[in-house]
Amino acid sequence: MLIPIFVMASSMFLAQRRWFLSLPRNLSNARFFSALPSEHPVSVSGPQNNVGPESNKFEKASSAPSSLKEPELAKFSAIADTWWDSEGPFKPLHKMNPTRLAFLRSTLCRHFRKDPLSARPFEGLRFIDVGCGGGILSEPLARMGATVTGIDAIEKNIKIACLHANLDPTTSTIEYCCTTAEKLVEEQRKFDAVIALEVIEHVADAAEFCKSLSALTAHEGATVVSTINRSMRSYATAIVAAEYLLQWLPKGTHQWSSFLTPEELTMILKRAGVDVKEMAGFVYNPLTGRWSLSDDISVNFIAYGTKEK
Amino acid sequence: MNRIFATKAGSDVYRLRIPWRPFSNDAAPLLSSQNAGNPEKGSEAKQYDIAIVGGGMVGLALACSLASRPLTRHLNVAIIDSNPALGGKHFIKKEDLPDPRVSTITPATISFFKDIGAWQFVEQHRHAYFDKMQVWDYTGLSYAKYNARDADKEVLGCVVENKVLLSSLLSRVQETVLPKKIYPSRLNSMSILPNSSSSEVDSTLSMTALFTHGRLAKLELEDGNSLYAKLVVGADGGKSRVRELAGFRTTGWNYSQNAIICTVEHDVENHCAWQRFLPSGPLALLPIGDKFSNIVWTLSPKESSEFKSITEDNFLKAVNHALDYGYGPHPTPSILGSSDLFSWLKGGQGVNLGFGDASTLSSVISEGIAVGTDIGEVSLLKKYEADRKPANVMMMAVLDGFQKAYSVDFGPLNILRAAAFHGAHHISPLKKSIISYASGEMRLPLFA
Repeated sequence: MLIPIFVMASSMFLAQRRWFLSLPRNLSNARFFSALPSEHPVSVSGPQNNVGPESNKFEKASSAPSSLKEPELAKFSAIADTWWDSEGPFKPLHKMNPTRLAFLRSTLCRHFRKDPLSARPFEGLRFIDVGCGGGILSEPLARMGATVTGIDAIEKNIKIACLHANLDPTTSTIEYCCTTAEKLVEEQRKFDAVIALEVIEHVADAAEFCKSLSALTAHEGATVVSTINRSMRSYATAIVAAEYLLQWLPKGTHQWSSFLTPEELTMILKRAGVDVKEMAGFVYNPLTGRWSLSDDISVNFIAYGTKEK
Repeated sequence: MNRIFATKAGSDVYRLRIPWRPFSNDAAPLLSSQNAGNPEKGSEAKQYDIAIVGGGMVGLALACSLASRPLTRHLNVAIIDSNPALGGKHFIKKEDLPDPRVSTITPATISFFKDIGAWQFVEQHRHAYFDKMQVWDYTGLSYAKYNARDADKEVLGCVVENKVLLSSLLSRVQETVLPKKIYPSRLNSMSILPNSSSSEVDSTLSMTALFTHGRLAKLELEDGNSLYAKLVVGADGGKSRVRELAGFRTTGWNYSQNAIICTVEHDVENHCAWQRFLPSGPLALLPIGDKFSNIVWTLSPKESSEFKSITEDNFLKAVNHALDYGYGPHPTPSILGSSDLFSWLKGGQGVNLGFGDASTLSSVISEGIAVGTDIGEVSLLKKYEADRKPANVMMMAVLDGFQKAYSVDFGPLNILRAAAFHGAHHISPLKKSIISYASGEMRLPLFA
């Protein structure tokens, strides 16, 4: 459809050397996604609004000891109220959610040797949803029986998540904290499965982030990370099509340069002690409007790894 | 009667754009309760996952289907139906005369019944498979004979009395471990509030509070009981109370047709189904087993009231005449026993569509639970709608088309119909497709 045309158009565009500089960077009307754990000092949870509309928020937060990017936080704070509006800015995430959960269910049931036909296969397992946002992932995991902890760097997100989770007795047991992965590592918390979906592309230092994820994973536990590939195709779809043409995501949600390729992700996870065992892609079918799992990892992909020691 | 209408909820911290409106794309009035604050009278209201209003064939089929799936067999189900037969074991004696109300079950429905474990009960009672069909119209110009072997099948369908279907499903549901409760009452009122957030952060909400926040529907029954449910399923028939209460709009028109149904006994077994298309409507004969056949004769209201008062002999004469009268070749059976493609399509399809709906709904719920979705969520029900709406609309369009095509006795149109008929009869791929579609196995390519 539109996608092939834009792949062609953007590949011609990309052929010029200076394409990188003409990427939209001025995020003045920024309303973005994010939900990042980080070690950034407490002011992170404070009012982020004044951080918003300034130009060139691109510089990596070199002063921050953590993996967090400040402008990312600002983006997300601004639209925190709309997390549970399935037609709002988070609509793509809502649509993708069942597919992500299907992957999690299948790999984690196999990993922990649980019955996949059980209604609550994760009973007794401790999961952590890093960058939980409004709890879109945490709630279904809790319904599947897991003991879920959800963490997010933005206080507003945690509040929204708590309010929504209380509406269902099965999800009201979720432990939500406004904190970061690094802080939890300091507290020496351990979880059977550490899940960080659509988070790592918003992080300043991916390698450090992965080290924290690994440290949170218990012995023989599982780590699951999902993100967007850094490829020509993903530029065309996730940036150009999704943000500018179809306007599924607010402009500037993603920075193409922050995307990781599957190889890079595998490498940094390996260095952190996590062996990637399975990878799958998410593919969107414009005719049915549904996402599905596939072998195509050129745009959205998810990786499941295990921690041996 | 507590008829309650909706008002938009006040400001919320966040709210879903679409409060609980599972089946409508028209604006259904939201129901807000004036009783929300009232304490429950009488006994404690209980909470269920699914409330099935209507314990008829389709409602019970849904319950059986949920019971047969590993992911849904733990769900708490309430079945609301005032039919006393649902309370205890329902015995059908073999000597009982067949009920005139029968349904033609398509092969797709037969396999659904087998999946849910109810078909074994049906086979213990009177039922009749048929593998042949003969159709012709009043002009005699068109005649078609369909055989199951044309489509590489063994049977084209099975004719079963409704009471047999009902008792089979009831027996099956009673032997499953699905946590169910039958409420022998009628639905009085139903309230669903728009979704809103909770203002309390650290507490789990009570049932009433969950209802106030739009997470549960509240059902009030005529005997004073109340119950809460995450999902309400209306399986209460054409004059559905649930549909009325939920305010779903329907489109429909009157066919000005009544049907006379009766059972006839004959000397010889019959496995063929006959139908003749007359201007006022089709006359069909369906074998129902044990040398009985069921007659469905669709007539205009005037004719049908005339027929109600004549004697049995005269009625039989009239039926024979209607079947024979005409021109052209058609086999005259010594037995009255037939069914045909279209009565099978028309008469049978109604309940088969219902069973198809039940099957799809239970698989959608099962898939939802697999990925941890809350079963009251709109997205789940939208999936159901996307699957079943086209199928239902398509089938209705096809049947309506037939009805309209046959109601006009006009020369050129008759010839056109005859040509279509002959085409369908002689072009085997087309014939195969028609049989597959009517068997419920094939969806028209448009919706594949």
